[in-house]
Amino acid sequence: MEKYIIKTEQIDAWLKRIIESVPRVLAPVSSGTKTEFRRIKSPEEVNNKSLTTTVSAKAAAFPPVETLFKYQKDGKDTTLTEDSFDKYPETVLWHARSCDAMGFSPLSAIFDWDYKDNIYDERRNKLTIVTFACNQSDECCFCTSVGGGPGNVEGSDIQLTMLNATDTLVEVMTEKGQKLVALLPDIFQPLSEEVDKEAVLAKIPVQFTKEEIKEHVSNAFDSPVWKRQSARCLGCGACAFVCPTCACFDIQEDAHGNHGRRLRCWDACGFSLFTQHTSGYNPRPTQATRWRQRILHKFSYMPERLGVYGCTGCGRCSRACPVDMNLQEHLISIANSNHE
Amino acid sequence: MNKLQERATDLLKGGTVKLIIGFEQGNNKIRPFFCEKPEDAEKLIYSDDCSTNNAVYLTKKELIGDNKIAIIATYKEIASIIQLNKENQIKKENLMVLTVDKDGDVTELTSFEEMEKFCEENTPAPDPVVAALIEKIDKMNREERWAYWKSELDKCIRCYACRAACPLCYCNRCISEVNCPQWLDPWKSTLSNIEWQINRVMHMSGRCTGCGACAKACPLDLPIGILTKKMSTDIKEMLGEGEGGNVLSTFNPNDKENFIH
Ligand code: SF4
Ligand code: SF4
Ligand code: SF4
Ligand code: SF4
Repeated sequence: MEKYIIKTEQIDAWLKRIIESVPRVLAPVSSGTKTEFRRIKSPEEVNNKSLTTTVSAKAAAFPPVETLFKYQKDGKDTTLTEDSFDKYPETVLWHARSCDAMGFSPLSAIFDWDYKDNIYDERRNKLTIVTFACNQSDECCFCTSVGGGPGNVEGSDIQLTMLNATDTLVEVMTEKGQKLVALLPDIFQPLSEEVDKEAVLAKIPVQFTKEEIKEHVSNAFDSPVWKRQSARCLGCGACAFVCPTCACFDIQEDAHGNHGRRLRCWDACGFSLFTQHTSGYNPRPTQATRWRQRILHKFSYMPERLGVYGCTGCGRCSRACPVDMNLQEHLISIANSNHE
Repeated sequence: MNKLQERATDLLKGGTVKLIIGFEQGNNKIRPFFCEKPEDAEKLIYSDDCSTNNAVYLTKKELIGDNKIAIIATYKEIASIIQLNKENQIKKENLMVLTVDKDGDVTELTSFEEMEKFCEENTPAPDPVVAALIEKIDKMNREERWAYWKSELDKCIRCYACRAACPLCYCNRCISEVNCPQWLDPWKSTLSNIEWQINRVMHMSGRCTGCGACAKACPLDLPIGILTKKMSTDIKEMLGEGEGGNVLSTFNPNDKENFIH
């Protein structure tokens, strides 16, 4: 890892150079009351003050709808065409947070579990992630309880930390990150003395550990806790769609007579239709069983099978939920319970 | 304990009801609360900040079963209950509707006449923000309007929170999920997002109570509540108040259009 110092006022000049050099730069842009990752054309568009976007950054590698292939039927013959990988642009994700960057590791674990998902991999490989360490947080954040933190560098190619009014620490983690630094090398001064990064980070108390949650939920399949917690859940897709690690998708057909596209679209385990069989039978017939799946998948099945937890503690699901299903609150109650 | 909590305790203790759907303090906001035990009754609260429309739970069999339940109702819940009843979705004998006045006194509304009366007397003032936005859009020409809705609904992620939060969106199989024929593309695209809202609003025509739960639920804060709002005002202007039912499910054999014959 290389460490530099950059004058905070020069960051925009660097970003401008990045925008000129990289086909697609995504950054938090505000519109109305919300801030989302959007493609930017100039540094002025970025909302530097935003804590987190409503929807996570996962769309950069796992868009809400992805064309898997196109088909053309001609009598008995069918021709399949896959999109050329050139279609997926080199992308810089700018002003993401640690909990965004961390989210790509569980996503990759899922998409490359047995079958290697070329489309996802290609998009992910073309992604360079620049995170800004958090000096503020809100009541929904719980990254420190799931192994992350406001200054965690896992998954980041570069992390920037504002140290004071004038100076920003630049930690370059990867070669991809070095390439961005090389676009305007003169503004980066090698770090001459150690700086206290921790001191400027948001303070987010640890409420539980992810291992503790795993231990509790792994034996709680039949616990009444799921019904109790999920009673007010409406069964929408908001929590899954905003989540950086939720990877469930549905395959859809965009059919037009003898030609069409096969699509991969975001799906959500909160929807009652998610597991409904053609026969009408639904193995997850109630919201309680769907909520249980959400928690067990993230805190039991994923660590068991993929060696990675499915939650970065970003708090997006809690902010998006129309009925205040606050994940941190539910996890604290799980950590403190003994599962009747 | 306040009067509401006392009443709730009595109802649960005496076994009059199995469940009370009310409100509790959540994380910086008030949220729905399912109170089943007398000892939980002290969590029940009631204030002007109760903003979810809890009538949405009344059509969820898995929650209420065949039990007698009570709901602590604001104007929103009551207006929805009246409409749900018109659509045969309420078993009145299993539902106790409780209101709380500004002094904290609890009153049971025992008949639909009383509920209608309550709504007449407690109609909330129109939301000035909503009214201003409708006015702004009314003034736009077709192109400007199209551009406005395209840019807003392009952001929609099709999470269907708007559908899930609406007490009157209770269909077991939503049109958005039917695929023979496929009425709407079920994936996110600007056009199909717009089609989804058009469908939602059309199905609400003459039924929507204007509670605003759909708009409040949208994680992206899209202005979808003004669509249903505008639809209800237009329907009322063009077709009058209507005698029960709604514009999509009533017809008049003497209709001047002859498609019905
Ligand atoms: S489950 Fe919630 S807190 Fe965890 S990563 Fe997903 S959105 Fe963030
Ligand atoms: S937890 Fe909240 S956001 Fe998630 S499905 Fe339930 S109501 Fe929707
Ligand atoms: S709640 Fe908002 S984002 Fe979700 S489907 Fe409805 S309009 Fe779209
Ligand atoms: S305002 Fe929205 S949530 Fe309320 S009844 Fe109308 S459509 Fe349903």
